[in-house]
Amino acid sequence: MARTGRRKRDRLRWSKLYTFSCLRPSVQLETSDTGTASLGGPGFSRVVHCNQPRLHYKKPLKYPTNYISTTKYNIITFLPKAIFEQFRRVANLYFLMAAILSLTPVAPFSAVSMIAPLAFVVGLSMAKEALEDWRRFIQDMKVNSRKVSVHKSEGLFGYKPWQKLRVGDVVKVEKDQFFPADLLLLSSSYEDGICYVETMNLDGETNLKVKRSLEVTLPLDEDEVFKEFRGIIRCEDPNPSLYTFVGNLEYERQVYAIDPTQILLRDSKLRNTQYIYGVVIFTGHDTKVMQNSTDSPSKRSRIERQMDKIIYILFSVLVLISLISSIGFAVNIKYYMHNWWFLQPDDKDNKLYNPKTPAISGLIHLITALILYGYLIPISLYVSIEVVKVVQAMFINQDLQMYDEEAGIPAQARTSNLNEELGQVHTILSDKTGTLTCNQMDFLKCSIAGVSYGVGSSEVEMAAAKHMASHSDLGTSEIEIEPSTPITPVFERVRKSTIKGFSFEDDRLMNGNWTQEPNSGTILMFFRILALCHTAIPELNEETGGFNYEAESPDEGAFLVAAREFGFEFCKRTQSSVFVRERYSPSEGPIEREFKVLNLLEFNSKRKRMSVIVRDESGQILLLCKGADSIIFERLSKNGRTYEVDTTRHLSEYGEAGLRTLALSYRVLEESEYLAWNAEFVKAKTSIGADREAQLERVAELMEKDLILVGATAVEDKLQRGVPQCIDRLAQAGLKIWVLTGDKMETAINIGYACSLLRQGMKQISLSTAPSDPTQQDAKKMFLLTEQAAKENLSLQISNALQMVKLERDPHAAFALIIDGKALTHALHDDLKNRFLELAVECASVICCRVSPKQKALVTRLVKEGVGKTTLAIGDGANDVGMIQEADIGVGISGVEGMQAVMASDFSISQFRFLERLLVVHGHWCYKRIAQMICYFFYKNIAFGLTIFYFEAYAAFSGQSVYDDWYMLLFNVVLTSLPVISLGAFEQDVSSDVCLQFPALYQQGPKNLFFDWYRILGWMGNGLYSSLVLYFLSISIFSSESAFRSDGQTADMAAVGTAMFTCIIWAVNIQIALTMSHFTWIQHLCVWGSIASWYLFLLAYGTASPLISGNAFQILVESLGPAAIYWISTLLIAVVCNLPYLVHISYQRACNPLDHHVIQEIKYYKKDLEDHDMWKRERSKARQKTKIGFTARVEAKIRHLKGRLHKKIPSITIQTVS
Amino acid sequence: MSSPLASSSNLDGSDDTSPQQKQSKKPKYSRFTQQELPACKPLLTPGIVIGIFALVAVLFIPIGLASLSASESVVEVIDRYDADCVPSDMQGKELDFIQNSSTNKTCTRRLTIPKTMKSPVHIYYELDNFYQNHRRYVKSRSDKQLLQPSKEGETKICAPEGNTPDGKPIVPCGLIAWSLFNDTYQFSIDSGSIQVNKKNIAWASDRSHKFSKDVYPKNFQKGALIGGGKLNESIPLSEQEDLIVWMRTAALPTFRKLYGRIEKDLNANDVITVVIENNYNTYSFGGKKKLVLSTATWIGGKNNFLGVAYLTVGGMCLSLALAFIVLYLFKPRTLGDPSYLSWNRNPSASTD
Repeated sequence: MARTGRRKRDRLRWSKLYTFSCLRPSVQLETSDTGTASLGGPGFSRVVHCNQPRLHYKKPLKYPTNYISTTKYNIITFLPKAIFEQFRRVANLYFLMAAILSLTPVAPFSAVSMIAPLAFVVGLSMAKEALEDWRRFIQDMKVNSRKVSVHKSEGLFGYKPWQKLRVGDVVKVEKDQFFPADLLLLSSSYEDGICYVETMNLDGETNLKVKRSLEVTLPLDEDEVFKEFRGIIRCEDPNPSLYTFVGNLEYERQVYAIDPTQILLRDSKLRNTQYIYGVVIFTGHDTKVMQNSTDSPSKRSRIERQMDKIIYILFSVLVLISLISSIGFAVNIKYYMHNWWFLQPDDKDNKLYNPKTPAISGLIHLITALILYGYLIPISLYVSIEVVKVVQAMFINQDLQMYDEEAGIPAQARTSNLNEELGQVHTILSDKTGTLTCNQMDFLKCSIAGVSYGVGSSEVEMAAAKHMASHSDLGTSEIEIEPSTPITPVFERVRKSTIKGFSFEDDRLMNGNWTQEPNSGTILMFFRILALCHTAIPELNEETGGFNYEAESPDEGAFLVAAREFGFEFCKRTQSSVFVRERYSPSEGPIEREFKVLNLLEFNSKRKRMSVIVRDESGQILLLCKGADSIIFERLSKNGRTYEVDTTRHLSEYGEAGLRTLALSYRVLEESEYLAWNAEFVKAKTSIGADREAQLERVAELMEKDLILVGATAVEDKLQRGVPQCIDRLAQAGLKIWVLTGDKMETAINIGYACSLLRQGMKQISLSTAPSDPTQQDAKKMFLLTEQAAKENLSLQISNALQMVKLERDPHAAFALIIDGKALTHALHDDLKNRFLELAVECASVICCRVSPKQKALVTRLVKEGVGKTTLAIGDGANDVGMIQEADIGVGISGVEGMQAVMASDFSISQFRFLERLLVVHGHWCYKRIAQMICYFFYKNIAFGLTIFYFEAYAAFSGQSVYDDWYMLLFNVVLTSLPVISLGAFEQDVSSDVCLQFPALYQQGPKNLFFDWYRILGWMGNGLYSSLVLYFLSISIFSSESAFRSDGQTADMAAVGTAMFTCIIWAVNIQIALTMSHFTWIQHLCVWGSIASWYLFLLAYGTASPLISGNAFQILVESLGPAAIYWISTLLIAVVCNLPYLVHISYQRACNPLDHHVIQEIKYYKKDLEDHDMWKRERSKARQKTKIGFTARVEAKIRHLKGRLHKKIPSITIQTVS
Repeated sequence: MSSPLASSSNLDGSDDTSPQQKQSKKPKYSRFTQQELPACKPLLTPGIVIGIFALVAVLFIPIGLASLSASESVVEVIDRYDADCVPSDMQGKELDFIQNSSTNKTCTRRLTIPKTMKSPVHIYYELDNFYQNHRRYVKSRSDKQLLQPSKEGETKICAPEGNTPDGKPIVPCGLIAWSLFNDTYQFSIDSGSIQVNKKNIAWASDRSHKFSKDVYPKNFQKGALIGGGKLNESIPLSEQEDLIVWMRTAALPTFRKLYGRIEKDLNANDVITVVIENNYNTYSFGGKKKLVLSTATWIGGKNNFLGVAYLTVGGMCLSLALAFIVLYLFKPRTLGDPSYLSWNRNPSASTD
């Protein structure tokens, strides 16, 4: 950027330029006390002793230091807090209770087998928390240790880290540095104490804001003067409002009011100003930006919420079988226990098994049973999911195809707990500026004196032309878009111009050729307006010798670049003049002309125009005015309308091509006329009171009339690379796209066209309360409507529109809803919002313009709650934060506009186009992986957990488990965890290319094909079946009634348990192998390794001392291993467990194959290579029929053409269309 | 929004990112991180489906037949004696009979051998309704005490059979040992007695590693209640094989335990006389007592279930294989036939 020029800027009196908002509030407080009367009262108690930070070292004036911390924990609080967080999960809490109870005799297991898995699982989660917090801490430290120049004493300044800064310190901030705290601006390098501030990090706005100091503090602009500086600031207490400030400064025994224009906020940046001096008012967490920071709400994915329900189901099952057990136990105790002499039922110390109190025994046993059947609840589910999600997030972060080479930013999954939600998105809500567009303007076309110049075409035009050319065969209705040959390279070839902001190509105007044009006088005026009518500041670029411009808006910058390229180089601005180097032909040297700026009438959104009044070298006074076409056209004089018709036509052409337009005009003023007006203007300017603004506006209005139209400019709000294509594909994947923008309606519609959300022939439904369209007849009337009437009117509009949509018969008809912020306020009211939503859902695209950040969030909520589907919000600026936090998934664009959105987001990408891969590839995979993984988890724990229950029925419900404690401990944590993690992390149903080529596959997610209740219950049923098979077959084979070996030994409990457990390990691992469709070496290792590790464990356990292994001592080597029955029963049971599932999937594949099955087969048999046409055809069919996007646009055009073909002679070529 | 300040540090970096810094942020290519690892993607083609079922059938049916025939070749003689061994005058008062130490508990039974039983013939006792798998029971033992002479005091978990009333530790302690089965059998054929080998009925590892040869029974059956059998205090635990077998708790309430082996062939129609000391109380809980003589093959004792299960599953798989053949014949689907893609099957569904 233009930061290379570091020359000392001329000291200018900027107040002369900024006529509107620049009057210095020099009124003393004694006279005006509005709003500040309460100073010192509650909420306004802060006292700052300027330049005396020592006074703030003690109470009551002790304020927090500038040290900030965004960490959740510190060393002391980490353990209690993190543990508390962990046990807020109901499953973990249950396991904690179980672990505590395992220390009592009630527990069916040894304490270690309960505590170890819990400690492992919780420990892992806590380690992850600690790591994340550590990263935050490192980031904080980086910020805290930044250096700033602080007044030490005796007028000497020295560098200190930010965190050492105290309230009352005087700091000197230099150009392009961030403000370390909230400061009161004392003075700047400019004589009149103004400075430019970039507040990107606060509100996402890239334009510079002007701050100005109080008049009294102006002399404080050198290091030495701070020796003596003293002052007291009394002001409001810390609060999050960025745009208000109430306070006053007591300086040299007088009191001055301070307003927000003197406040420099932490995290904004000093621009275009060499240095400023300021006093620290708020530090650290008291600063407005920190007050503003809210913790992003923790979001949980749909699948996880559903998973909770399943866990509750399992809990109910757990309670149910525990009740059955405890009743069974009580019955046994009551009726049979006294017979069981071998249990010594009459023992006095025996409370648990006392036949006299079966009810108490039953109750105590309930606890035992609840612990015993805890294996139904997968303890490792959460931790496994967490591990898997971290791996998935790593894959997202590492994806080279989502890495932006230019910016050097990779995609980032900032929270990993929403990965699978990416695969279920239904509606995308997108910001416009910076998200769809680069917020970079390119001067592309202009219309001067009724002639349109500029042969370059906008991206939309080119893309459409390319499509039409490639599909000249109108016979087939199939539209092919090759994803492999993106359109972007084409642009790059065409756009050879490398000047930023300037893509204009037309030899008639370039290189001084314009002098040959018939209307060269008008053209000259056009160029001068471009070069003069602005508020920018030139900056010499030392490398190239040319000028760069610091402009308030990118449009303005584009105009100045254009003027420069046309030979009108704006080179210098003094406080009263603008200097332009004019060069009429390349051979001539430039002539530097001075234009005295007499007045500047600023642009604001209400006026929609700006003007300058200049006196040129010949002494002529001119008013140059640029503004929105409708505004300018209203103010043309009779003889100024020569080009109105042509220009209007051109403007609409430009609009259709997706360009932003402005009309340029001028007016020659008589000296006397100007003087009379100026007197009135100055009067208005110096008036004090609430209506000053209104007065100024009225006076300005007097001048801006009788204009002469010169022409119009068309600037392309450059779309980010690949945005239209991405929107097209996302639409084909069945996603709805809403655009929410703060821009005005016209701009929004233009962009809608540019990214193909709108197209010709679409029925546009505009909802507005204000007259957005000047052609509307009742525009003026509507403007006068009261709020209530406006609402009724809107209600009527919605009803009419709904009616229209319902009555539409044409299947190809598409509707677009465009609504402005005001109307939206009403539409979001409770009584209207449902109908509004109904209408919005019917429309192919929805564009909301002029929406405030809050409305963005409200719309998001409306869609989220109204439609009930997953919403994704994508944006890049601070104004999108609300929307990003509100949506189910927030995606931040880590581009130019600060990091606020990214910090609030769940995922960040650096380009909009990466959204496609993020959703269609990663989202799709993650959804399926997590869904399958959770289903499998429940299956495996049901299959295992219920066998324990069945055994109870055979053990008098005494709470004895047939398995060794160690087996159970290892089951969830080791023996079955890795395969399921490998499934969750690495499973791919189809490769990433196929995901992209068949967008329809994405719909499996939003339709929730893999985690609906049918499927979940199916898996639970499978678990139930497996548990029955596992238990009853094992028990029947290993019944203790007959020997299980040729040596005649019978099986004891250890042998039966071990054999049964072996079968479980085999069965669940074969099951997961059947579930997987993608085996890399990792899956092989995990699945087969798990089985192997079971045998290895058994060997190792068997060789351990019998004091540890108990009856499992040498069990594999001595008793089970040599028994043939052990091995063949394993084979039998593992096969029987998996037969139904195998039959199910075989049958499903044979008769009702899902899309990914068929594609897998095509890929498997390499049919895609053999039958290329089929592959191509299917790929195009896999796209949803959409009403928006390029494809739809091209299709509509073809339909349109076909319609004409039928009517007219059948020899029309397509070229005529584009 | 949690850390707006961190944002500025990032911005700082991106303002003048040197090429080196850019490079460092670029993910490194590896097949793993790009999820492009070579993978095998098996597919359930009709051939494979039919193949799997056929293979299972082919594998299972022979195994089933083999185990069924093995099971059939086992000869088993079962004799329930709990009811018959109560003298007729004590019928109905079985508990008094068994709990009275003065009654004569000797009982003679005659068993006819149906088929030749090849040596070794395993002798089992079978108990019914005896919850050796009850939690109170299973936990009531001290492995430490059994293995280490120094740990004989480790009887806490053995309660209520841990110490004698005067506080001396019981070795072996606990309910399991205390309820030791104590019926005895003596076999004879045609007035010649049959030697019963009671060695090696317990697992070798139990004898060598779990029950120490230095630990002798102490204070056994000297608690308040007398349970089952008594132990010879001069024989170390490692040689008390009946105890070792008994201490291997059974998984189900009906169980057999090895009593000994007859290392001699028994011929068909031999009549064996068994003299039973009917000491063990199963009458209180209505449990049956059986004496079992059985041979063993490679699948162990008589176990028809395994063979039947194998044959059933094998047969099922065979019919499944056939069913799938029929399915593929009558409803053939070319693999990878695009007409089965959802958008081709119901084109209307995709336009929403």
